[in-house]
Amino acid sequence: MQTITRTIDTPQGAARWTRRQAALDTLFRGTTTFFAAFVLILLGAVMLTLVDGALPALRHFGLGFLTSEAWNPVTDEFGALAPIYGTLVTSAIAMLVGVPIGFGIAIFLTELCPAWLKRPFGIAIELLAGIPSIIYGIWGLFVFAPFLQSTLQPFLVDTLGELPVIGALFAGPPLGIGVLTAGLILGIMVLPFITAIIRDVFETVPAILKESAYGLGATTWEVVWKIVLPYTKVGVIGGIMLGLGRALGETMAVTFVIGNAHRISASLLAPGTTISAALANEFTEAVGDLYASSLIALGLVLFVITFIVLAMSKLLLMRLQKRAGS
Amino acid sequence: MSIVSTRIVRSMAAMAAASVLLFSGAQAADISGAGATFPYPIYAKWAEAYKAKTGIGLNYQSIGSGGGIKQIRARTVDFGATDMPLKPDDLAASGLIQFPTVMGGVVPVVNVKGVQPGQLKLTGEVLADIYLGKIRKWNDAALAKLNPGIDLPDQAIAVVHRSDGSGTTFIFADYLAKVSPEWQQKVGVNTSLQWPVGLGGKGNEGVAATVGRTDGAIGYVEYAYAKQNRLIYIQLANRDGRFVSPNSETFQAAAANADWASTPAYNLTLTNQPGANSWPMTGATFILLYAQQEDAAKAKQVLDFFGWAYGNGDQMAESLDYVPMPDNVVRLIENTWRSVKGPDGQPVRNGPSM
Amino acid sequence: MQLYARRRFINAAAMTISMLAAALGIVWLAAILWTLVSHGITAINVRLFTQMTPPPGSDGGLLNAIFGSLVMTGIATLVAAPIGVLAGTYLAEYGRKGRLAEVVRFINDILLSAPSIIIGLFIYEVMVVPMRHFSGWAGAMALAIIVIPIVLRTTEDMLTLVPGGLREAAAALGTPKWRVVTMVSYRAAAQGMVTGVMLAVARISGETAPLLFTALNNQFWSTDLNAPMANLPVVIFHFALSPYEDWQRLALGGALIITVFVLALNVAARVLANLSTLKQ
Repeated sequence: MQTITRTIDTPQGAARWTRRQAALDTLFRGTTTFFAAFVLILLGAVMLTLVDGALPALRHFGLGFLTSEAWNPVTDEFGALAPIYGTLVTSAIAMLVGVPIGFGIAIFLTELCPAWLKRPFGIAIELLAGIPSIIYGIWGLFVFAPFLQSTLQPFLVDTLGELPVIGALFAGPPLGIGVLTAGLILGIMVLPFITAIIRDVFETVPAILKESAYGLGATTWEVVWKIVLPYTKVGVIGGIMLGLGRALGETMAVTFVIGNAHRISASLLAPGTTISAALANEFTEAVGDLYASSLIALGLVLFVITFIVLAMSKLLLMRLQKRAGS
Repeated sequence: MSIVSTRIVRSMAAMAAASVLLFSGAQAADISGAGATFPYPIYAKWAEAYKAKTGIGLNYQSIGSGGGIKQIRARTVDFGATDMPLKPDDLAASGLIQFPTVMGGVVPVVNVKGVQPGQLKLTGEVLADIYLGKIRKWNDAALAKLNPGIDLPDQAIAVVHRSDGSGTTFIFADYLAKVSPEWQQKVGVNTSLQWPVGLGGKGNEGVAATVGRTDGAIGYVEYAYAKQNRLIYIQLANRDGRFVSPNSETFQAAAANADWASTPAYNLTLTNQPGANSWPMTGATFILLYAQQEDAAKAKQVLDFFGWAYGNGDQMAESLDYVPMPDNVVRLIENTWRSVKGPDGQPVRNGPSM
Repeated sequence: MQLYARRRFINAAAMTISMLAAALGIVWLAAILWTLVSHGITAINVRLFTQMTPPPGSDGGLLNAIFGSLVMTGIATLVAAPIGVLAGTYLAEYGRKGRLAEVVRFINDILLSAPSIIIGLFIYEVMVVPMRHFSGWAGAMALAIIVIPIVLRTTEDMLTLVPGGLREAAAALGTPKWRVVTMVSYRAAAQGMVTGVMLAVARISGETAPLLFTALNNQFWSTDLNAPMANLPVVIFHFALSPYEDWQRLALGGALIITVFVLALNVAARVLANLSTLKQ
């Protein structure tokens, strides 16, 4: 403060101070703009690097890369079909598990939960969301997979495995690890994430809408199903897609329990691989330029898939915000 | 500027200076290597003893032979380690030399209730058929015929293989290709294969862990892993038709056939060797090093480590059932080291210093 | 009356299922934490914090891994937090609804949820390959890229919450704009911004994938950032997948350490956030 009282006393001093401040203003604004643009440059750089690394493989295999199940480092034949299949199937299982349960927990938190339990329960869910994914992977490997191998999987093989059409989905020896186990672990992992988003979205519903429904004699379930859900439909879908984006890109929770087999099997109990698990397992050892380039091409495919899913969810959520604003 | 902000800037400058000093990392330089998981137990043992003696550490990342080859080619490590020897023209083209450090055996291991270590008998063809997916259950006729005394359960075989690029796989596949024409044709021999069936485990460690955890599993690991983790190993029929168990005698019997002197670049595989007592899946493990080194001192440290290991590490190797290189071969190897030269064109290591 | 009874039944069924779902959610949390604590606690002793990662079959600890993780996390935060804060400042104070700001927000959310293994791949190509070795710097940079979007988002959110009246009052006193931002907005949003940084730190503490091919791993004590650096998540990854019991025990111990650290940071961030709302 001494500086200011000294220089600003004289008219020249004041002019000088003003000019200096204007320069600092421009500098500060320029710096913040630069770093904001830096984020754009960063994403561009990531995409460029991926494309550059994937080009040899894509040029060599063409679009057939996406439809080939081969993965043969001996003959240098690579195809993305098995990892893509594994990524999509594990994510689908994760959503099938995570969304209904998350939905149920969100209903509990907003409609049923006694007031004293709401805060701690909500905090518990958010803490679950913060647990690093490697923890889920380890728990899956040490506890969940053996548990499944001795209980759920034989049960599935014996019951659902015998049925005519869907039996093929549950055939095969119970190995503990495999596509189904990976999908379940992934589901447990995205569950708190989806729950938190759906709960937040549910809480944006104006109380008066719900109270009017209750006033007409609707049951809690009818309020949720017919009032809350249609109102928050866009946000819920956006949140689910955000969770899907998370599940698609997840590496550690899946790598431990997926079984690392570059094959598409009919059975969910069989081992498989996902794009991120393949990258995590094989990248440091990919000998030969085509092998490494194929792995980077897998990374590019994953990036494009998650980009599309995230962009769609972002647009949906933006639409919800616009509606809430109006 | 106000007093507060000047103080902040000064303390940040001090912190930056301190961190530069702290993190410029001037300490006894470690040598870095990466590659095969096959020799990792013995490399780890040697590294511990060497560090205790000289203070120089060996930072070895066991990421598989494929990884070792890739990382040395990318020059991200001081040496690479692989169980699959590179061919002489390949080495010459990359400017690498290779030399063997130890030999060991690859051993099939199983996890079946009621089967004891060393009890189950398999032949190469049956093993190939299991890994081709043709034999799917433990109580299959082919298995029962070889093992009349064991009550094998009606359980699916959970085949476990390597998911990463592996020299152990190379040795395993090399053997299977020699005894099963169908394997040679359908799958082939390399560090990474397109496996017809099975789960992938990462590294010898991963296969050992997966077999240990999965009921009804069969896998293949380097013998030290089977021994250290008390896995159930099997007997295998060798070329002479006898069933042998994996141990240092049967590994040495196979290794005795090796003619290192007349093999250029030590490019030798030891699978399916003749001899009544030979273990069929024996192999050596190799180190890859650039012949032309930019850092002569670092290259000398690498060679000093292995020189020390050849001279002082035999007992440690044998305690883990590896077969140390015979002395005459060590002399050949030390001669090969003279072709590792520094920027001045001189060999980095002139004779043993330990 | 039949219709009403049916509606009541559906409602009761739905609510029961919802409660079961909630119970299930808590059961998972409890099961995971229980496994971690019961197995990991056996590894928690003085040795864990004083000895290096051992070769299989020997005793050891996780000191080099803990140190490496702390160092890389620290550097990542030091590099990324200013970038995130400044970029968030642009979005909240200057850009607001402008074209650049909207695009940056969109892109930021993409980066926020991008698979972290892709970030590791990017840093491998851009740093590890040209440098010709793995390094702690590469690992720190990969983590930094994960921190930037988080800090940007929370900074922007917190700065937007600062009442316009505060800024206007400062401007009315003749404060230049940059001072309004740094001395008024930052001060008002300080606690929220710190919370954001803490949450980012919690997030990267458990990240494994970006470190797999950047920092690699190192079984010895090393303070050399220009070389492979030990870190807790990768060590846990390797040790857990191994067949050695002592390694598995160390892996669970390390997992417990990370979980406790992350939970503590989350709780602390929450407490801090509550303090700031109480103040307002």
